[in-house]
Amino acid sequence: MAMQIIQKKPESLTDKEFTYCPGCTHGITHRLVAEVLDELGIREKTVTVGPVGCSVFAYQFFNTDATVAAHGRAPAVATGIKRARPDLCVFTYQGDGDLAAIGTAEIMHAANRGEKITTIFINNAIYGMTGGQMAPTTLLGMKTTTTPYGRNSNNDGYPIHVSEIIKETKGVAYLARVKVNTPQDVQKAKKAIKKAFLAQLKGIGFGMVEVLSTCPTNWGLDPVAALKWLDEHMVPEYPLGVFVDKVGDEQ
Amino acid sequence: MAERVLVKGTEAIGEAAVRAGCRLFFGYPITPQNELPEYMSKRMPEVGGSFLQTESEVATINMVYGAACTGRRVMTSTSSPGFSLMQEGVSYMAGAELPAVLVNVVRGGPGLGDIQPAQGDYWQATKGGGHGDYKLIVLAPSTLQEAVDLIGLAFDLADEYRNPVIVLADGVIGQIMEPVTFPEFRDPDTLPKHDSWALQGAVGREKHVVTSFDIDPVVLEKMNFELVDKFERIESKEKRWEEYKLDDADVVITSFGTIGRISKSVVEKAREEGIKVGLFRPITLWPFPYERLEEIVKGKKLVLDVEMNMGQMLEDVKLAVKDNAPIAFYKRMGGMVPTPEEILNALKMELGR
Amino acid sequence: MPKVKGMIEINQERCKGCGLCISVCPTKVIEFSDSFNSKGYHPAEAKAMDKCIACSFCYHICPDVCITVYREIESA
Repeated sequence: MAMQIIQKKPESLTDKEFTYCPGCTHGITHRLVAEVLDELGIREKTVTVGPVGCSVFAYQFFNTDATVAAHGRAPAVATGIKRARPDLCVFTYQGDGDLAAIGTAEIMHAANRGEKITTIFINNAIYGMTGGQMAPTTLLGMKTTTTPYGRNSNNDGYPIHVSEIIKETKGVAYLARVKVNTPQDVQKAKKAIKKAFLAQLKGIGFGMVEVLSTCPTNWGLDPVAALKWLDEHMVPEYPLGVFVDKVGDEQ
Repeated sequence: MAERVLVKGTEAIGEAAVRAGCRLFFGYPITPQNELPEYMSKRMPEVGGSFLQTESEVATINMVYGAACTGRRVMTSTSSPGFSLMQEGVSYMAGAELPAVLVNVVRGGPGLGDIQPAQGDYWQATKGGGHGDYKLIVLAPSTLQEAVDLIGLAFDLADEYRNPVIVLADGVIGQIMEPVTFPEFRDPDTLPKHDSWALQGAVGREKHVVTSFDIDPVVLEKMNFELVDKFERIESKEKRWEEYKLDDADVVITSFGTIGRISKSVVEKAREEGIKVGLFRPITLWPFPYERLEEIVKGKKLVLDVEMNMGQMLEDVKLAVKDNAPIAFYKRMGGMVPTPEEILNALKMELGR
Repeated sequence: MPKVKGMIEINQERCKGCGLCISVCPTKVIEFSDSFNSKGYHPAEAKAMDKCIACSFCYHICPDVCITVYREIESA
């Protein structure tokens, strides 16, 4: 009898330890992206475009050529790289402040152009790095450091549904909302991420996966409770699903 | 021998970029420079390049950032309000040491201003413009031929120093038609590849990272010092200017760009009236040729600085001239272009004639 | 029915002690270690390895890529 490795850290991650808080599910999604790059054999032709926010260090974690965009501008930076080098695989990794507030113009137009890039969009309903302020995705009634009485639609507007808006743009080739709070969901999320990359590699158009993610620190919950909170509060507001799939099942 | 052709300013700049090996252009419409992106939208597909009309100048400059990350030659053009919007990305590019050529066809300001020629972006261009410690090389053409030549130089300097380079023009340069001689097409194989740092896919090598970011102040300060060293190298090597009829001059006009061109007429008219006037015209606004200007003005009766702004280059002129000669200043603003006659009158007033 | 035999390795230095792996392990293989790692966390520790069925749940939920999963294979 011999022991065989069936799961281990993917090659597309460096050895750099993640800088995220304990239990933050950013790291799960990093690993999924890296697994997909490994499986598709594209690490050496991939360029990572990191954001500003908790994942500002993404450029250190992915074992690919990488840059860091200004806050919200990752889809524009990725567009520039892709237009210069259409043979490369380019992806952005962005949080909800970055993508859904300051970067709304850039993501909308990259999607609408059918820019052949892939975007991983982390929605955890809060600004993490700056200290737990209201995000555009913050739930109504949710307390943050800038909504101490809870998010109030009269003053703060409503949680923004980026995927539901972007799905109407014609350039989108793959778009799904997933979550990463159970082992089963993590595996489903990986399938979606793979398709979002295939949308680019096959030259069909823009691919994006919105990942419902936890922020135990700024939600004020322990990591295990945060997984449960995601199901109870975020999923009702942000239903899971595949919004666009022009990639098909034959891979 | 290449033939001289009659072209419009914006098209001359575009064609010069194509011949310099630029195959990537990103831009957003804004007057008075729209003919340049229009020209590039037609020209880029012809030469196997890529043109993209973007959703904003903010997106534009970040696409330029991305394209520059790959080491390929990339350009954008805009006009003053658009260049203000680009400042965020320009700062990131300077920090990340990315080569690119940025054309600013300056118009009247501040704010929405108007769409007429102006020089009110001198400070923004030469003193940084965005946040943090950085400098951009700033080239100011006064004729179309010079604009064509400076575009080629701009790409070379951008590549050599890994730094954005501004070509600071105005609506006059953009709109006039003049005969120019274009350089030959640059052989793409002779262009710098930037293989040591560019993002091209980590094939069989360690990953490359391009960033203006480091969380560790010790490391960031080191990056800052390295940038400062680079800027000092540029200052010691890349100052350019034109001297016109200065040898016997009693009066030195200092001006740049379009006003530099107009000032040549002033020199001629003044000399017809027996006033010995010469022109000192900085071509690199940064690095500014302080030392040469200081040398020239010694013993002169008057330095007359003329600009289409409230006196922006004037500050650099004062730094150069020190107390070696009296300095006067004549300005027009708001998109008004002075005539040679009114400049000459101003000059005569200063001389008490 | 033959039970699948598994084994996990936990990179305890990298672990931040978030406990997500403990919460998803169906056979209660993992517990917090009594000792600290150099970051000051009580890392996860496989205290009942004999119960491991190589389901990889811990690997999937670990946010810090600390876990390697092995499965026993029949050798000839």
